[in-house]
Amino acid sequence: MSEAIMIKDAVCSFCGCLCDDINVEVEDGKIQRVRHACRLGSSKIMGHARIESPMIRKNGVLVAVSFQEAYDKAAKILLAAAKPLLYGWASTSCEAAKKGILLAEEVGGVLDSTATVCHGPSVIGIEEKGLPGATLGQVKNRADTIVFWGCNPAEAHPRHSLRYSSNSCGKFTQEGREGRKIIVVDVRETRTSKNADKFIRISPGSDYEVISALRMLVAGKGDSVLDEVGGVLKADLADIAATLKAAKFGAVFFGLGITHSRGRYKNIDNALSLVAELNSHSKFVIMPMRGHYNVGGIGQVLAWSSGYPMSVDFTRGGPYFNPGETSACDLLARRDVDAALIIAADAVSNFPRATAKALAGIPVIQIDPYENPTTLLSDVVIPCAIAGVEVEGTAYRMDGLALRLRKMVDSSFPSDEDILMGILESVHKQRQMTANEGA
Amino acid sequence: MISGRTLAQGAGCESKMSPDFFKAVAICHLSEKDFKSLGLSEGRNVLLKNEFGQVVLTAKKDAGLPDSMVFIPMGPWANVLVGTETGGCGTPHFKGLEVEVAATNSPVLNIRELFSGLGA
Repeated sequence: MSEAIMIKDAVCSFCGCLCDDINVEVEDGKIQRVRHACRLGSSKIMGHARIESPMIRKNGVLVAVSFQEAYDKAAKILLAAAKPLLYGWASTSCEAAKKGILLAEEVGGVLDSTATVCHGPSVIGIEEKGLPGATLGQVKNRADTIVFWGCNPAEAHPRHSLRYSSNSCGKFTQEGREGRKIIVVDVRETRTSKNADKFIRISPGSDYEVISALRMLVAGKGDSVLDEVGGVLKADLADIAATLKAAKFGAVFFGLGITHSRGRYKNIDNALSLVAELNSHSKFVIMPMRGHYNVGGIGQVLAWSSGYPMSVDFTRGGPYFNPGETSACDLLARRDVDAALIIAADAVSNFPRATAKALAGIPVIQIDPYENPTTLLSDVVIPCAIAGVEVEGTAYRMDGLALRLRKMVDSSFPSDEDILMGILESVHKQRQMTANEGA
Repeated sequence: MISGRTLAQGAGCESKMSPDFFKAVAICHLSEKDFKSLGLSEGRNVLLKNEFGQVVLTAKKDAGLPDSMVFIPMGPWANVLVGTETGGCGTPHFKGLEVEVAATNSPVLNIRELFSGLGA
């Protein structure tokens, strides 16, 4: 038995907080204990039963094959497709994302990330208006007023409040929670709203109207605001507007409560305008609460590679981006793709039922460490090492800060990057063989 | 109906075939008043249906929910009730959907049963 080693200040690869103070105890090549991580991070780092072997579906049953056989079959599917979808990318490294973009270009596919069913509307809204942003460190050290709108970090980003926001203690915020005003806007009470000084319950789908009313009040045009907007009394909205204007440094964090509801990207557009206008009175920043740990990273890599942050169509010879047309759910709903590679995401669980059904009708390649509903519909399954636990790499925190993921233990599985290169090499080989046969 | 994250759903989202994920996600939160008016008791199931589909879930009282609103942890059971329309931005409406809710004696499908109709 080898001596236990402690890996200090590793990065947790679960959510967009990318907490970088995780201590992991490793003994005999296995993770024995995780310290400082939340329940979500611990469950990810400790892991559980894996897919043991690459598999190909034969006569309706997944049977074990070699990695090379799986790469060859995956390449064959992608080459035979007129328009393959390469989807996921939020729970792997930027290095794997780069290889994925190469593969999408090579086979002429559409590459989309899980942002498309998450903060995609935020990405579009930010493209329209720009983002008055900050690092989480700035928020921790300076913010005296924080708004959580349509998000519940107490359950989705459990350490956010203590490390970066409401309850954190920073250089100019040494009183922590006591020194801050916390406002929560949501359609229901949550664990996050229980920590608020002021909880504003709005009617479902009324985010746009409530934000517009706040903009009017901030601009001193309260006379035009109705007595009640989105289920909230004007007096309460006026109180919030006054609190926001009085902030020395304010921060708005928003979540899927606003991106998944009526108005979608227009809600974000409006919220960005509110924050831009608040900067006439105070210093204010705004940030989406990104879910998967590197959903920001795939957006960054795609943007600097193709010019667009998600839903990029490479079938035309050059990158083309038109959400609603080139986004994964729309492509599948229209039956406009004829094969799919799903990596670092579980599309079958997270898409609407009819969209998942469309996946069942086309060949699907899955790259994932774990069995999930996407496995049930896949024709090729390739197990991988877990980025951020068994493979190092780069990931982007929700505020756009790049952090280096550590390798904590060895793995007998190839990395996502290795698998994508294996498929890409097989694509080249099969193309060459076809060319030779035709010569 | 709104769907969203919960701590137990997040902790189980990398082990979706497990009983723990089923327990954490195949549930429907209702306000105390709605729970009572539907004649429910702990452990009883509800049938939710709309134009996109129907699904049976275990009912759970939630004091933080307003009346006439149900909350389902995000995932495959909630997504049975979600349509494909994305309003030109790529993202379906995972929240703000109209659903009919009724008490039922039908069982909740486990994850393999839920996808058996899709060729799984």
